[in-house]
Amino acid sequence: MSRPLALGTALVVAAVASVFLALVAGPFPISARQVLDSVLFPIPGLVHDIIWQLRAPRALAAFACGGLLALAGALLQALLRNALADPYVLGVSSGAALGALLALVAGAGVALMSMAALAGAACAIAIVFGLSFRSGEWDIYRLLLTGVVLAAGFSALVSLTLVTASHMQVKGMLFWLMGDLSYADSPLAAWIVLLFGTALATSGARGLDLLALGETKARSLGLPVKALQVGIFAVAAAATVAAVMLAGSVGFVGLMVPHAVRLMGVAAYRWLLPLSVLLGGVFLTVADTVARTLVAPQQLPVGVLTAIIGVPLMLWLLGRRRLTT
Amino acid sequence: MLKCEGLTLAVPGRVLAHDVDFEVKRGDTWAVLGANGSGKTTLVHALAGLTPPMRAEISVDGAPLDARRVSARAALVGILLQQEDTAFWGDVLDYVLLGRFPRARAVFGWSREDEDAARAALVAVGLAGLERRSYRTLSGGERQRARIAQLLAQDPQLFLLDEPLQHLDLRHQVAVLRLFGSLARERGKAVIMVLHDTLWLAQACSHALLLHENGVVEAGTATAMLTRDRLERLYGCQLREIAVDGISFFAPV
Repeated sequence: MSRPLALGTALVVAAVASVFLALVAGPFPISARQVLDSVLFPIPGLVHDIIWQLRAPRALAAFACGGLLALAGALLQALLRNALADPYVLGVSSGAALGALLALVAGAGVALMSMAALAGAACAIAIVFGLSFRSGEWDIYRLLLTGVVLAAGFSALVSLTLVTASHMQVKGMLFWLMGDLSYADSPLAAWIVLLFGTALATSGARGLDLLALGETKARSLGLPVKALQVGIFAVAAAATVAAVMLAGSVGFVGLMVPHAVRLMGVAAYRWLLPLSVLLGGVFLTVADTVARTLVAPQQLPVGVLTAIIGVPLMLWLLGRRRLTT
Repeated sequence: MLKCEGLTLAVPGRVLAHDVDFEVKRGDTWAVLGANGSGKTTLVHALAGLTPPMRAEISVDGAPLDARRVSARAALVGILLQQEDTAFWGDVLDYVLLGRFPRARAVFGWSREDEDAARAALVAVGLAGLERRSYRTLSGGERQRARIAQLLAQDPQLFLLDEPLQHLDLRHQVAVLRLFGSLARERGKAVIMVLHDTLWLAQACSHALLLHENGVVEAGTATAMLTRDRLERLYGCQLREIAVDGISFFAPV
C-alpha cells in the first residue's frame, strides 16, 4: 500500500476511534458497550440522551472544527507560499472576536453575539480581499501583509475591550480568544462547510501543487492562477469562519497539522488536504475529550490544550525525521 | 512555427527592443544574446505570453498567441524560467509530473501516461534513480536538470529556455545542448534559448538574435550573426576568433 493510502486508512480508523472515545469519556460513566448499544439499538433514556444530545454533538463539533482549521491552514500555506501561515493570519478570527466582544459589551445575547462575530469576520475578509485585489491586481505579498496588519489592529481593539470590560464579562470573552467547544452544540453547518470545502479544494489540488512553483511558472503551464487563488482564499475563509463560529480561535491545529502530515512524508495536495482534515479532526476530538475530562466536572477550554498536547507530538515528529528527506 | 512582427519591448523608462520582426521555424535553434539587462528575459517572457509586450503580433502555428486558451497554449509553448522561487515540498518525480499539468486528464492524481512521460524525462536529463528524492535536497545543477525534465514532460512544440546552462557542469551543459538540438532537428521542435556562452555558440544554434543596448535588435542565421565585431559590439569587450575545422569559437582576449 502506498504511504498516503496507508496513512489515510490509519487516520480513518483513528477518526472513528476518537469519536467513540469522546462518547465514552465523561463524568457520567457510560461504558463502551452502552455506546455501541445506543448506536445500534437506540433505547430512550438518560444514557441515550447524554450520548446523543451532549457528547455526540460535542464530538462532531470538535472533529469538524479541527478538520476545518487544518484545511484552512493547508490552503493558506499554499496560497501565501508561506510555511508559517495559519487560519488566523488573515485577521478572520480576530475580526470575529472583536465583533463578538463588542456585542457582549453591548449586552447582547448568544444569538446576537454569533451574528456580530460573523459580521466581524466578514468585515475582516472584505477588507483584506478588497485591499489586496484593488484594480484587479492581486498581490499575494500584499494580501499577507494586509491580513497581518489587520489582525494586529483587531487584536489591539480586542485588548482594549478586555481592559475596559467588567470582570463578569471577561470570562465570557475568553471563549473567543482561546477557543472553547463548551457551547458548540450544532455542528451541522460546520460539517457542510467541511465536506464541501474539502471536496472543492481537493478537486483543485493539482493546481495547488503547481502554485508552489511560483505564479509565473504556474501560468506558463496553463494554470488560471488568479481564479485559483481567489477560490483558495474563499474556501479558506469560509472554513476559518465556520471553525471560529463553533469554537472561537483554537490555536496550533491550523498551523501544525498540515506540517505534521508533510513530516509523515505526504506533500502532494490531493493527499495532504484530506489527510490534514482527518488528522486535524482526530487531534481536536481527542484534545477536547481531554479538556472536558481532565479536571471534570470543570471543563477546560480546548484551545489551552491543543498546544500542550500538540507541541510534544510535533517536536517528536520533527526530531524523528530529517526535514529535508 | 513562431512569427513575431513589430515586437516592441519596454520596461519603465527604457525601450529594450524596437519594432523587431523574426520568424522561428520548426527545426531551428535560436540563441538570444545580449548584455545584462538588455531584455533577453523580457523577450522570452513576451514570447511565452507571460508579460504582454508594448506592441507585437506574435503568432504560433498560424494563430495569435493570445487567441488560444491558456491550457492549449501551454501544450504548445513551454518555458524554462531563469529563476524559480520554489516552495515545493514533494519529491523529484512529483515535481517533474507538474509539467504534465496542461495535458493531465486524470481526475485524481496522474495517469499512467503522465508518469511514463515524467520518468522518461528524468532519464533524458540523467536523473533516473532520483525519483523519490525530495526536490529540496537536490543540488543546484540537479535542480536545473529536474526543471529541464519538467519542461520535457510538458512536451511543447516551442521551447523557450532562459539560461538553460546555469548551474550545470561542462558535461551536462553539452548534454543539454545536444538534447535540445536533437529535439529540434529530429522531432521538429523549435528552440529559443538565452545564452551567455560565446565559446561554442556556433555549434549550439542555427540562428541568433542580438539585443543591443540601444534597442536595436539583429536577427539572422548563426553564420551571419556570429561575427567577431558584432559580438564585440554586443558585449563591449574584445574577443578573439578561433576557427577549428570551419567552426568559429569566440574567446575573450
